Amino acid sequence: MSLADPQFNALGELHHFIDIDGLDKSLLTQILDTAEGFAGVNDRTIKNVPLLRGKTVANLFFENSTRTRTAFELAAKRLSADVLNVDLVTSSTNKGESLLDTLHVLEALQCDMFVVRHGESGAAHFIARHVSPSINVINGGDGQHSHPTQGMLDMFTIRRHKGDFSNLCVVLIGDIRHSRVARSDISALVKLGTGEVRVVGPRTLVPSDVESLGVTIFPTLEKALVGADVIMGLRLQKERMRTATVPSSGEFYRTYGLSPERLALAKPDALIMHPGPTNRGVEIAGSVADGKQSVILEQVTYGIAVRMAVMSIVMGNATNLRRAQS
Amino acid sequence: MNETGTTVFDTQTVNSWLDGMLAPLMQLFDEQTPIALIGIRRGGVDVGTHLLAELKAQGVAVEEELGELNIAFYRDDFSSVGLHPVVGPSQVPFDIEDKHIVLVDDVLGTGRTVRAAMNEIFDYGRPAKITLAVLVERQGHELPIRADVVGHSLDVGKNEYIDLDASTMQVSVGKKS
Repeated sequence: MSLADPQFNALGELHHFIDIDGLDKSLLTQILDTAEGFAGVNDRTIKNVPLLRGKTVANLFFENSTRTRTAFELAAKRLSADVLNVDLVTSSTNKGESLLDTLHVLEALQCDMFVVRHGESGAAHFIARHVSPSINVINGGDGQHSHPTQGMLDMFTIRRHKGDFSNLCVVLIGDIRHSRVARSDISALVKLGTGEVRVVGPRTLVPSDVESLGVTIFPTLEKALVGADVIMGLRLQKERMRTATVPSSGEFYRTYGLSPERLALAKPDALIMHPGPTNRGVEIAGSVADGKQSVILEQVTYGIAVRMAVMSIVMGNATNLRRAQS
Repeated sequence: MNETGTTVFDTQTVNSWLDGMLAPLMQLFDEQTPIALIGIRRGGVDVGTHLLAELKAQGVAVEEELGELNIAFYRDDFSSVGLHPVVGPSQVPFDIEDKHIVLVDDVLGTGRTVRAAMNEIFDYGRPAKITLAVLVERQGHELPIRADVVGHSLDVGKNEYIDLDASTMQVSVGKKS
């Protein structure tokens, strides 16, 4: 992001969480360490802490997503915040009210944080630039751009299983072009000093300039899997493909599907990850998604702790700023 | 006091404070209620580790492992100072229900840390009893919370800090910067 990165407040602290690109390794590590504390809370009988009591978090979902919305909602509730789920897919934005009008209404309802999910790249960034300074914005996924909390929960899952990133070989498979998850994962993996990040997929779905991000494009899945510690499948983003960029799901599986035979090429303790929802028999065999090496459901569970960490850090920073300015 | 204005209590002195806590602590135990120790990170964990080892050496039946609390998520100052650094997650490796919990910290000052810790303990279960044991008690209580067992009382001002160095078990007192 540019010099005027709206993610940071006047004290240089994280105020909005929009994109991993503008963040440094120490901040990513702080998020992971804080999430570690919240993971313990989520293992208890009583899973709430009083940290955000009296705060209101509004989930602004302009695009359908049950799992991300649920995870954010649960994260906010476990921090004792009040949660508003605003379904904007079918709401007043369809009645001609502009996005900014909607935001101002929610501000008038005295919300403290907006979690934004939008089909257009840059939407969370736009909203962050236009909300009142007291409000924190968290990007819950915008177009093909970024899905930073998913990126961080993926890093959290990897760190829990593998510890240090520097000796790891991570492979991302499939639709890199349309995947905001891939973009956020690559950014986080590179910043955290991952030994090697490989990408592989149909040429139409792997942008040739992706190597400038610090990853290596592999010609075949078989070659990419040799020596892999972590294998990340990605959903084929059919809704974002305006033209036929893959021949068919069957064809995709034959060439890029993660089958048990192909999995055997990776290290025996390689982790299988996928942001979900998985297309079984397209990106991944059902037996691999459900197999011993799969941590796909753990990713979902850790998503709560990671979002609790991000929410409490940015809201805590908002507090610091208010104190500094008073 | 050294040239920087810091007073250091050496290892021997601090160990004598710790040793002095044992007898009054053991007087609070009854035979029916199982005992477990929980330290508040970080200093309380260091003091708790020492007390737990001593209690075991004395043959007291006590939970094998020390519980550890990180009270960052329970502090009452989030709305004024934000999130405190998370110094490792809380770990309570035993059931709290109906136990006599000895809550251990290095320094008791305002009492706010202890309040936060007690709130967190109750999110793990309902203990039969909580006893507060602190290495050092200072002035400045802001809540109706007092320690049951105190290693040593220090008369220090509001602008002074008390710090326990776990590696040497020395306590230093100096002016806050």
